[in-house]
Amino acid sequence: MSEYGLFMIFFAAAFFNNFVLIQFLGICPFLGVSKRVESSLGMGMAVLFVMTLASLITWMLHEFLLFPLGLDYLRTITFILVIASLVQFVELFVQKASPTLYKALGIFLPLITTNCAVMGLAIMNVTEGLNIIQTLVHALGAAAGFTLVLVMLAGLREHLEIHDVPKPLAGVPVALLAAGILALAFSGFVL
Amino acid sequence: MDFVSDILIPVASLAGLGLIFGALLAVANKVFMVKVDKRVADISEVLPGINCGACGYPSCSAFAEAVAAGKAPVNGCVPGRAEVAEKVGDIMGVEAEADERFVAKLACRGTEDVARDKLEYYGAADCRSAMLIEGGPKACAYGCMGLGTCVEVCPFGAITMGEEGLPLFEDELCNGCRRCFKACPKDVIRMVSVNAEVDVACNNHDKGAAVLKACKVGCIACGKCVKVCPEDAIEMVDNLAVIDYHKCTNCGACIEACPTNAIVRLSPVI
Repeated sequence: MSEYGLFMIFFAAAFFNNFVLIQFLGICPFLGVSKRVESSLGMGMAVLFVMTLASLITWMLHEFLLFPLGLDYLRTITFILVIASLVQFVELFVQKASPTLYKALGIFLPLITTNCAVMGLAIMNVTEGLNIIQTLVHALGAAAGFTLVLVMLAGLREHLEIHDVPKPLAGVPVALLAAGILALAFSGFVL
Repeated sequence: MDFVSDILIPVASLAGLGLIFGALLAVANKVFMVKVDKRVADISEVLPGINCGACGYPSCSAFAEAVAAGKAPVNGCVPGRAEVAEKVGDIMGVEAEADERFVAKLACRGTEDVARDKLEYYGAADCRSAMLIEGGPKACAYGCMGLGTCVEVCPFGAITMGEEGLPLFEDELCNGCRRCFKACPKDVIRMVSVNAEVDVACNNHDKGAAVLKACKVGCIACGKCVKVCPEDAIEMVDNLAVIDYHKCTNCGACIEACPTNAIVRLSPVI
Protein backbone atom coordinates (compact mmCIF):
# COMPACT_ATOMS: atom_id res chain seq x y z
CA MET A 1 0.00 0.00 0.00
CA SER A 2 2.93 2.32 0.74
CA GLU A 3 3.72 2.79 -2.96
CA TYR A 4 0.30 4.37 -3.67
CA GLY A 5 -0.32 8.10 -3.64
CA LEU A 6 -2.02 9.77 -0.68
CA PHE A 7 -5.24 10.31 -2.62
CA MET A 8 -5.41 6.62 -3.44
CA ILE A 9 -4.73 5.59 0.15
CA PHE A 10 -7.55 7.80 1.39
CA PHE A 11 -10.10 6.47 -1.08
CA ALA A 12 -8.96 2.90 -0.71
CA ALA A 13 -9.52 3.13 3.05
CA ALA A 14 -12.83 4.94 2.71
CA PHE A 15 -14.43 2.99 -0.15
CA PHE A 16 -12.63 0.07 -1.80
CA ASN A 17 -11.41 -1.40 1.48
CA ASN A 18 -14.12 0.12 3.63
CA PHE A 19 -13.39 -1.00 7.16
CA VAL A 20 -16.97 -1.89 8.02
CA LEU A 21 -18.54 -3.20 4.83
CA ILE A 22 -15.57 -4.82 3.08
CA GLN A 23 -13.22 -5.77 5.90
CA PHE A 24 -16.02 -6.27 8.46
CA LEU A 25 -14.24 -4.46 11.26
CA GLY A 26 -16.22 -2.48 13.84
CA ILE A 27 -19.57 -4.12 13.21
CA CYS A 28 -20.72 -3.62 16.81
CA PRO A 29 -21.05 0.20 16.71
CA PHE A 30 -22.18 -0.06 13.09
CA LEU A 31 -25.38 -1.74 14.26
CA GLY A 32 -25.48 -0.31 17.77
CA VAL A 33 -25.27 3.42 17.10
CA SER A 34 -27.05 3.60 13.76
CA LYS A 35 -30.56 4.39 14.96
CA ARG A 36 -30.32 8.17 14.64
CA VAL A 37 -28.31 10.11 12.11
CA GLU A 38 -27.33 12.64 14.74
CA SER A 39 -25.81 10.18 17.20
CA SER A 40 -24.19 8.15 14.43
CA LEU A 41 -22.50 11.31 13.23
CA GLY A 42 -21.29 11.93 16.79
CA MET A 43 -20.00 8.38 16.98
CA GLY A 44 -18.26 8.84 13.64
CA MET A 45 -16.55 11.95 14.94
CA ALA A 46 -15.46 10.19 18.14
CA VAL A 47 -14.06 7.32 16.06
CA LEU A 48 -12.35 9.80 13.72
CA PHE A 49 -10.67 11.43 16.69
CA VAL A 50 -9.59 8.14 18.26
CA MET A 51 -8.47 6.60 14.96
CA THR A 52 -6.34 9.55 13.92
CA LEU A 53 -4.65 10.01 17.27
CA ALA A 54 -4.27 6.29 17.87
CA SER A 55 -2.72 5.78 14.44
CA LEU A 56 -0.19 8.53 14.96
CA ILE A 57 0.76 7.48 18.47
CA THR A 58 0.98 3.79 17.68
CA TRP A 59 3.00 4.50 14.55
CA MET A 60 5.47 6.60 16.52
CA LEU A 61 5.66 4.05 19.32
CA HIS A 62 6.33 1.33 16.81
CA GLU A 63 8.85 3.37 14.84
CA PHE A 64 10.84 4.78 17.74
CA LEU A 65 10.36 2.30 20.56
CA LEU A 66 9.22 -1.19 19.63
CA PHE A 67 11.06 -1.65 16.31
CA PRO A 68 14.47 -0.31 17.41
CA LEU A 69 14.34 -2.39 20.59
CA GLY A 70 13.22 -5.50 18.72
CA LEU A 71 9.99 -5.62 20.70
CA ASP A 72 7.67 -6.28 17.78
CA TYR A 73 5.96 -9.04 19.72
CA LEU A 74 4.67 -6.43 22.19
CA ARG A 75 2.82 -4.65 19.40
CA THR A 76 -0.69 -5.85 20.16
CA ILE A 77 -0.61 -5.18 23.88
CA THR A 78 1.03 -1.79 23.43
CA PHE A 79 -1.54 -0.73 20.86
CA ILE A 80 -4.35 -1.87 23.13
CA LEU A 81 -2.88 0.26 25.90
CA VAL A 82 -2.73 3.31 23.65
CA ILE A 83 -6.26 2.87 22.30
CA ALA A 84 -7.78 2.23 25.71
CA SER A 85 -6.17 5.33 27.19
CA LEU A 86 -7.24 7.44 24.25
CA VAL A 87 -10.83 6.29 24.46
CA GLN A 88 -10.85 7.06 28.17
CA PHE A 89 -9.58 10.51 27.32
CA VAL A 90 -12.21 11.03 24.64
CA GLU A 91 -14.90 9.90 27.05
CA LEU A 92 -13.82 12.47 29.64
CA PHE A 93 -13.69 15.11 26.95
CA VAL A 94 -17.11 14.36 25.46
CA GLN A 95 -18.73 14.22 28.89
CA LYS A 96 -17.46 17.70 29.57
CA ALA A 97 -17.97 19.18 26.11
CA SER A 98 -21.33 17.69 25.12
CA PRO A 99 -23.43 15.84 27.73
CA THR A 100 -26.10 15.27 25.09
CA LEU A 101 -23.71 13.44 22.78
CA TYR A 102 -22.35 11.58 25.80
CA LYS A 103 -25.84 10.31 26.59
CA ALA A 104 -26.58 9.47 22.96
CA LEU A 105 -23.40 7.45 22.52
CA GLY A 106 -23.89 5.71 25.84
CA ILE A 107 -22.09 2.41 26.18
CA PHE A 108 -20.71 2.60 22.64
CA LEU A 109 -18.23 5.30 23.54
CA PRO A 110 -16.19 3.11 25.93
CA LEU A 111 -16.75 0.29 23.48
CA ILE A 112 -14.52 2.08 20.93
CA THR A 113 -11.79 0.58 23.13
CA THR A 114 -12.63 -2.82 21.75
CA ASN A 115 -13.54 -1.52 18.31
CA CYS A 116 -11.41 -3.73 16.10
CA ALA A 117 -11.51 -1.12 13.33
CA VAL A 118 -9.23 1.11 15.41
CA MET A 119 -6.91 -1.78 16.31
CA GLY A 120 -6.95 -3.15 12.77
CA LEU A 121 -6.08 0.25 11.38
CA ALA A 122 -3.13 0.68 13.77
CA ILE A 123 -1.75 -2.75 12.92
CA MET A 124 -2.29 -2.28 9.19
CA ASN A 125 -0.38 1.02 9.24
CA VAL A 126 2.63 -0.76 10.66
CA THR A 127 2.52 -4.00 8.69
CA GLU A 128 1.97 -2.15 5.40
CA GLY A 129 5.05 -0.06 6.11
CA LEU A 130 3.34 3.33 5.71
CA ASN A 131 5.20 6.51 6.61
CA ILE A 132 3.70 9.01 9.02
CA ILE A 133 1.91 11.12 6.39
CA GLN A 134 0.48 8.02 4.76
CA THR A 135 -0.59 6.76 8.20
CA LEU A 136 -2.42 10.00 8.89
CA VAL A 137 -4.22 9.89 5.54
CA HIS A 138 -5.02 6.22 5.96
CA ALA A 139 -6.57 6.91 9.36
CA LEU A 140 -8.60 9.83 8.03
CA GLY A 141 -9.82 7.69 5.14
CA ALA A 142 -10.74 4.80 7.41
CA ALA A 143 -12.64 7.10 9.78
CA ALA A 144 -14.37 8.84 6.88
CA GLY A 145 -15.46 5.47 5.48
CA PHE A 146 -16.64 4.36 8.91
CA THR A 147 -18.64 7.54 9.45
CA LEU A 148 -20.06 7.40 5.94
CA VAL A 149 -21.50 3.90 6.25
CA LEU A 150 -22.67 4.58 9.80
CA VAL A 151 -24.62 7.66 8.72
CA MET A 152 -25.90 5.85 5.62
CA LEU A 153 -27.30 2.98 7.66
CA ALA A 154 -28.70 5.42 10.24
CA GLY A 155 -30.50 7.29 7.45
CA LEU A 156 -31.91 4.04 6.12
CA ARG A 157 -33.05 2.95 9.56
CA GLU A 158 -34.72 6.29 10.24
CA HIS A 159 -36.68 5.82 7.04
CA LEU A 160 -37.48 2.20 7.85
CA GLU A 161 -38.97 3.26 11.16
CA ILE A 162 -41.82 5.13 9.51
CA HIS A 163 -42.42 2.45 6.91
CA ASP A 164 -44.74 -0.48 7.25
CA VAL A 165 -42.21 -3.27 7.76
CA PRO A 166 -43.64 -6.80 8.18
CA LYS A 167 -43.71 -7.61 11.88
CA PRO A 168 -41.18 -10.48 11.92
CA LEU A 169 -38.66 -8.21 10.18
CA ALA A 170 -39.30 -4.97 12.08
CA GLY A 171 -36.39 -3.48 14.01
CA VAL A 172 -33.02 -5.22 13.98
CA PRO A 173 -33.70 -7.85 11.28
CA VAL A 174 -34.53 -5.29 8.63
CA ALA A 175 -31.52 -3.22 9.73
CA LEU A 176 -29.32 -6.28 9.19
CA LEU A 177 -30.83 -6.75 5.74
CA ALA A 178 -30.15 -3.11 4.93
CA ALA A 179 -26.56 -3.50 6.16
CA GLY A 180 -26.11 -6.57 3.95
CA ILE A 181 -27.38 -4.76 0.88
CA LEU A 182 -25.09 -1.84 1.71
CA ALA A 183 -22.15 -4.24 1.88
CA LEU A 184 -23.12 -5.67 -1.52
CA ALA A 185 -23.23 -2.16 -2.94
CA PHE A 186 -19.80 -1.38 -1.55
CA SER A 187 -18.29 -4.51 -3.01
CA GLY A 188 -19.15 -2.96 -6.36
CA PHE A 189 -16.09 -0.71 -5.92
CA VAL A 190 -13.82 -3.75 -5.95
CA LEU A 191 -15.32 -5.77 -8.76
CA MET B 1 18.72 -15.64 27.08
CA ASP B 2 19.74 -12.17 28.00
CA PHE B 3 18.08 -10.75 31.09
CA VAL B 4 18.34 -7.11 30.10
CA SER B 5 17.14 -7.29 26.50
CA ASP B 6 14.58 -10.06 26.93
CA ILE B 7 12.97 -9.13 30.22
CA LEU B 8 14.02 -5.80 31.63
CA ILE B 9 13.59 -3.66 28.52
CA PRO B 10 10.15 -5.05 27.49
CA VAL B 11 8.82 -4.83 31.03
CA ALA B 12 10.24 -1.39 31.59
CA SER B 13 8.96 0.01 28.31
CA LEU B 14 5.46 -1.37 28.77
CA ALA B 15 5.30 -0.27 32.39
CA GLY B 16 6.68 3.13 31.41
CA LEU B 17 4.02 3.57 28.76
CA GLY B 18 1.34 2.54 31.21
CA LEU B 19 2.61 5.07 33.75
CA ILE B 20 2.74 7.89 31.20
CA PHE B 21 -0.79 7.20 29.94
CA GLY B 22 -2.06 6.84 33.48
CA ALA B 23 -0.58 10.18 34.47
CA LEU B 24 -2.04 11.87 31.39
CA LEU B 25 -5.47 10.44 32.15
CA ALA B 26 -5.24 11.59 35.75
CA VAL B 27 -4.55 15.13 34.54
CA ALA B 28 -7.37 14.93 31.99
CA ASN B 29 -9.73 13.73 34.70
CA LYS B 30 -9.01 16.88 36.72
CA VAL B 31 -9.22 19.19 33.72
CA PHE B 32 -12.47 17.76 32.32
CA MET B 33 -14.14 17.11 35.65
CA VAL B 34 -17.93 17.31 35.52
CA LYS B 35 -19.74 18.08 38.74
CA VAL B 36 -22.60 15.68 39.22
CA ASP B 37 -25.41 16.47 41.63
CA LYS B 38 -25.68 13.45 43.89
CA ARG B 39 -29.32 14.26 44.64
CA VAL B 40 -30.30 13.52 41.03
CA ALA B 41 -29.41 9.87 41.44
CA ASP B 42 -31.05 9.76 44.88
CA ILE B 43 -34.29 11.26 43.57
CA SER B 44 -34.31 8.96 40.53
CA GLU B 45 -34.08 6.08 42.96
CA VAL B 46 -37.32 6.94 44.80
CA LEU B 47 -39.33 7.87 41.70
CA PRO B 48 -41.63 5.18 40.23
CA GLY B 49 -39.56 5.03 37.03
CA ILE B 50 -42.54 4.57 34.71
CA ASN B 51 -41.81 7.75 32.68
CA CYS B 52 -45.55 8.60 32.51
CA GLY B 53 -44.94 12.29 31.85
CA ALA B 54 -47.60 13.60 34.24
CA CYS B 55 -45.04 15.90 35.88
CA GLY B 56 -44.49 17.69 32.58
CA TYR B 57 -41.03 16.24 32.02
CA PRO B 58 -40.31 13.56 29.41
CA SER B 59 -38.89 11.02 31.85
CA CYS B 60 -38.42 10.33 35.55
CA SER B 61 -34.70 11.14 35.28
CA ALA B 62 -35.44 14.47 33.59
CA PHE B 63 -37.86 15.26 36.45
CA ALA B 64 -35.18 14.28 38.99
CA GLU B 65 -32.72 16.67 37.36
CA ALA B 66 -35.31 19.45 37.34
CA VAL B 67 -36.09 18.92 41.03
CA ALA B 68 -32.41 18.94 41.96
CA ALA B 69 -31.98 22.15 39.97
CA GLY B 70 -34.92 23.68 41.81
CA LYS B 71 -37.03 24.00 38.66
CA ALA B 72 -39.69 21.45 39.57
CA PRO B 73 -41.62 21.11 42.84
CA VAL B 74 -40.76 18.17 45.08
CA ASN B 75 -44.38 16.99 44.95
CA GLY B 76 -44.44 17.12 41.14
CA CYS B 77 -44.57 13.35 40.73
CA VAL B 78 -48.27 12.65 40.22
CA PRO B 79 -48.39 8.83 40.31
CA GLY B 80 -45.96 8.77 43.27
CA ARG B 81 -48.56 10.57 45.43
CA ALA B 82 -47.69 11.77 48.92
CA GLU B 83 -45.30 8.91 49.60
CA VAL B 84 -42.82 9.80 46.87
CA ALA B 85 -43.28 13.54 47.45
CA GLU B 86 -42.22 13.03 51.06
CA LYS B 87 -39.13 11.04 50.08
CA VAL B 88 -38.12 13.57 47.44
CA GLY B 89 -38.72 16.34 49.98
CA ASP B 90 -36.42 14.55 52.43
CA ILE B 91 -33.64 14.41 49.83
CA MET B 92 -34.09 18.06 48.94
CA GLY B 93 -34.49 19.05 52.59
CA VAL B 94 -37.88 20.71 52.17
CA GLU B 95 -41.37 19.96 53.40
CA ALA B 96 -43.57 18.33 50.78
CA GLU B 97 -47.19 19.37 50.73
CA ALA B 98 -49.53 16.83 49.27
CA ASP B 99 -51.53 18.11 46.32
CA GLU B 100 -55.21 17.35 45.90
CA ARG B 101 -55.45 14.04 44.06
CA PHE B 102 -57.24 13.99 40.73
CA VAL B 103 -58.43 10.85 38.99
CA ALA B 104 -59.74 10.27 35.50
CA LYS B 105 -63.51 9.96 35.07
CA LEU B 106 -65.62 9.24 32.04
CA ALA B 107 -68.14 12.00 31.42
CA CYS B 108 -70.53 9.73 29.54
CA ARG B 109 -73.08 7.09 30.41
CA GLY B 110 -74.09 6.33 26.85
CA THR B 111 -74.00 2.55 26.92
CA GLU B 112 -75.02 0.53 23.87
CA ASP B 113 -78.71 0.33 24.92
CA VAL B 114 -79.24 4.05 25.60
CA ALA B 115 -77.02 5.79 23.05
CA ARG B 116 -77.99 5.40 19.40
CA ASP B 117 -75.43 4.55 16.69
CA LYS B 118 -75.52 6.56 13.47
CA LEU B 119 -73.30 4.18 11.48
CA GLU B 120 -71.74 0.78 11.75
CA TYR B 121 -68.00 0.95 12.21
CA TYR B 122 -65.83 -1.94 11.08
CA GLY B 123 -62.43 -0.21 11.20
CA ALA B 124 -59.50 -0.59 13.54
CA ALA B 125 -60.50 -0.84 17.20
CA ASP B 126 -59.04 2.53 18.07
CA CYS B 127 -60.97 5.69 18.97
CA ARG B 128 -58.58 7.92 17.03
CA SER B 129 -59.14 5.86 13.86
CA ALA B 130 -62.91 5.79 14.34
CA MET B 131 -62.92 9.55 14.83
CA LEU B 132 -61.77 9.96 11.22
CA ILE B 133 -64.97 8.43 9.88
CA GLU B 134 -67.78 10.93 10.36
CA GLY B 135 -66.57 11.57 13.92
CA GLY B 136 -67.21 8.04 15.11
CA PRO B 137 -70.10 5.58 15.11
CA LYS B 138 -72.20 7.15 17.89
CA ALA B 139 -75.00 9.53 17.08
CA CYS B 140 -73.80 11.71 19.96
CA ALA B 141 -70.79 13.66 18.73
CA TYR B 142 -69.48 14.17 22.27
CA GLY B 143 -69.87 10.74 23.82
CA CYS B 144 -67.54 7.84 24.43
CA MET B 145 -67.23 5.45 21.46
CA GLY B 146 -66.03 2.64 23.70
CA LEU B 147 -63.23 1.44 21.45
CA GLY B 148 -60.75 1.43 24.32
CA THR B 149 -57.88 3.71 23.35
CA CYS B 150 -57.81 4.90 26.96
CA VAL B 151 -57.58 1.27 28.13
CA GLU B 152 -54.52 0.82 25.93
CA VAL B 153 -52.66 3.96 26.99
CA CYS B 154 -53.19 3.55 30.75
CA PRO B 155 -49.81 2.51 32.21
CA PHE B 156 -51.40 1.37 35.47
CA GLY B 157 -54.17 -0.92 34.26
CA ALA B 158 -56.72 1.34 35.93
CA ILE B 159 -59.09 1.29 32.96
CA THR B 160 -60.95 -1.77 31.76
CA MET B 161 -63.61 -2.14 29.10
CA GLY B 162 -66.97 -2.77 30.72
CA GLU B 163 -69.59 -5.17 29.46
CA GLU B 164 -71.86 -2.36 28.37
CA GLY B 165 -69.30 -0.92 25.96
CA LEU B 166 -67.93 1.87 28.12
CA PRO B 167 -64.57 1.91 29.90
CA LEU B 168 -64.57 1.53 33.67
CA PHE B 169 -62.15 3.66 35.68
CA GLU B 170 -60.65 2.19 38.85
CA ASP B 171 -60.04 5.15 41.15
CA GLU B 172 -57.63 3.34 43.41
CA LEU B 173 -55.35 2.32 40.56
CA CYS B 174 -55.57 5.70 38.81
CA ASN B 175 -52.55 7.85 39.51
CA GLY B 176 -53.73 10.85 37.58
CA CYS B 177 -51.06 10.77 34.87
CA ARG B 178 -53.55 12.16 32.32
CA ARG B 179 -52.48 9.86 29.50
CA CYS B 180 -56.07 8.78 28.81
CA PHE B 181 -57.18 12.39 29.20
CA LYS B 182 -54.75 13.39 26.44
CA ALA B 183 -55.35 10.36 24.21
CA CYS B 184 -59.17 10.58 24.09
CA PRO B 185 -60.17 12.15 20.78
CA LYS B 186 -63.64 13.01 22.12
CA ASP B 187 -62.27 14.80 25.22
CA VAL B 188 -64.87 12.89 27.19
CA ILE B 189 -62.47 11.98 30.00
CA ARG B 190 -62.22 14.52 32.82
CA MET B 191 -59.83 14.84 35.71
CA VAL B 192 -62.01 14.98 38.82
CA SER B 193 -60.90 15.46 42.42
CA VAL B 194 -61.14 12.30 44.50
CA ASN B 195 -63.09 14.32 47.06
CA ALA B 196 -65.89 14.97 44.61
CA GLU B 197 -68.99 12.80 45.06
CA VAL B 198 -71.26 14.28 42.41
CA ASP B 199 -70.46 14.36 38.72
CA VAL B 200 -72.20 15.39 35.52
CA ALA B 201 -71.65 12.24 33.48
CA CYS B 202 -72.30 13.83 30.10
CA ASN B 203 -70.24 15.78 27.66
CA ASN B 204 -72.93 16.83 25.18
CA HIS B 205 -73.05 20.53 24.32
CA ASP B 206 -76.06 20.24 21.99
CA LYS B 207 -79.54 21.59 22.79
CA GLY B 208 -82.02 19.34 24.58
CA ALA B 209 -83.95 17.97 21.58
CA ALA B 210 -80.78 17.02 19.73
CA VAL B 211 -79.39 15.32 22.82
CA LEU B 212 -82.53 13.22 23.33
CA LYS B 213 -82.42 12.04 19.72
CA ALA B 214 -78.94 10.64 20.25
CA CYS B 215 -78.98 9.43 23.84
CA LYS B 216 -81.44 8.79 26.67
CA VAL B 217 -79.10 9.77 29.52
CA GLY B 218 -77.61 12.98 28.17
CA CYS B 219 -77.69 16.43 29.75
CA ILE B 220 -80.51 18.29 27.96
CA ALA B 221 -79.60 21.61 29.52
CA CYS B 222 -83.01 21.95 31.17
CA GLY B 223 -81.52 23.89 34.06
CA LYS B 224 -83.39 22.04 36.82
CA CYS B 225 -80.14 21.24 38.65
CA VAL B 226 -79.12 24.89 38.55
CA LYS B 227 -82.42 25.90 40.18
CA VAL B 228 -82.47 23.17 42.78
CA CYS B 229 -78.87 23.51 43.96
CA PRO B 230 -78.89 25.18 47.42
CA GLU B 231 -75.27 26.33 47.10
CA ASP B 232 -75.50 27.79 43.56
CA ALA B 233 -72.69 25.45 42.64
CA ILE B 234 -74.05 24.44 39.26
CA GLU B 235 -73.79 26.57 36.18
CA MET B 236 -75.03 25.94 32.63
CA VAL B 237 -72.06 26.37 30.31
CA ASP B 238 -72.67 25.90 26.60
CA ASN B 239 -75.74 23.67 27.17
CA LEU B 240 -74.00 21.47 29.72
CA ALA B 241 -74.25 21.52 33.51
CA VAL B 242 -70.91 22.17 35.20
CA ILE B 243 -70.38 21.68 38.93
CA ASP B 244 -68.14 24.07 40.86
CA TYR B 245 -66.48 21.72 43.34
CA HIS B 246 -65.38 24.59 45.58
CA LYS B 247 -69.05 25.21 46.40
CA CYS B 248 -70.53 21.72 46.09
CA THR B 249 -71.45 20.09 49.41
CA ASN B 250 -72.35 16.73 47.89
CA CYS B 251 -75.97 17.12 49.03
CA GLY B 252 -77.28 15.30 45.96
CA ALA B 253 -80.29 17.53 45.26
CA CYS B 254 -79.27 17.82 41.62
CA ILE B 255 -79.08 14.04 41.26
CA GLU B 256 -82.75 13.71 42.20
CA ALA B 257 -83.76 16.68 40.07
CA CYS B 258 -82.09 15.57 36.84
CA PRO B 259 -84.79 14.19 34.50
CA THR B 260 -82.36 12.15 32.40
CA ASN B 261 -80.18 10.88 35.24
CA ALA B 262 -77.13 12.52 33.68
CA ILE B 263 -75.88 13.58 37.11
CA VAL B 264 -74.55 10.69 39.15
CA ARG B 265 -73.19 10.05 42.62
CA LEU B 266 -69.63 8.80 42.53
CA SER B 267 -68.67 6.04 44.90
CA PRO B 268 -66.41 7.55 47.55
CA VAL B 269 -62.74 6.78 47.15
CA ILE B 270 -60.75 5.39 49.99
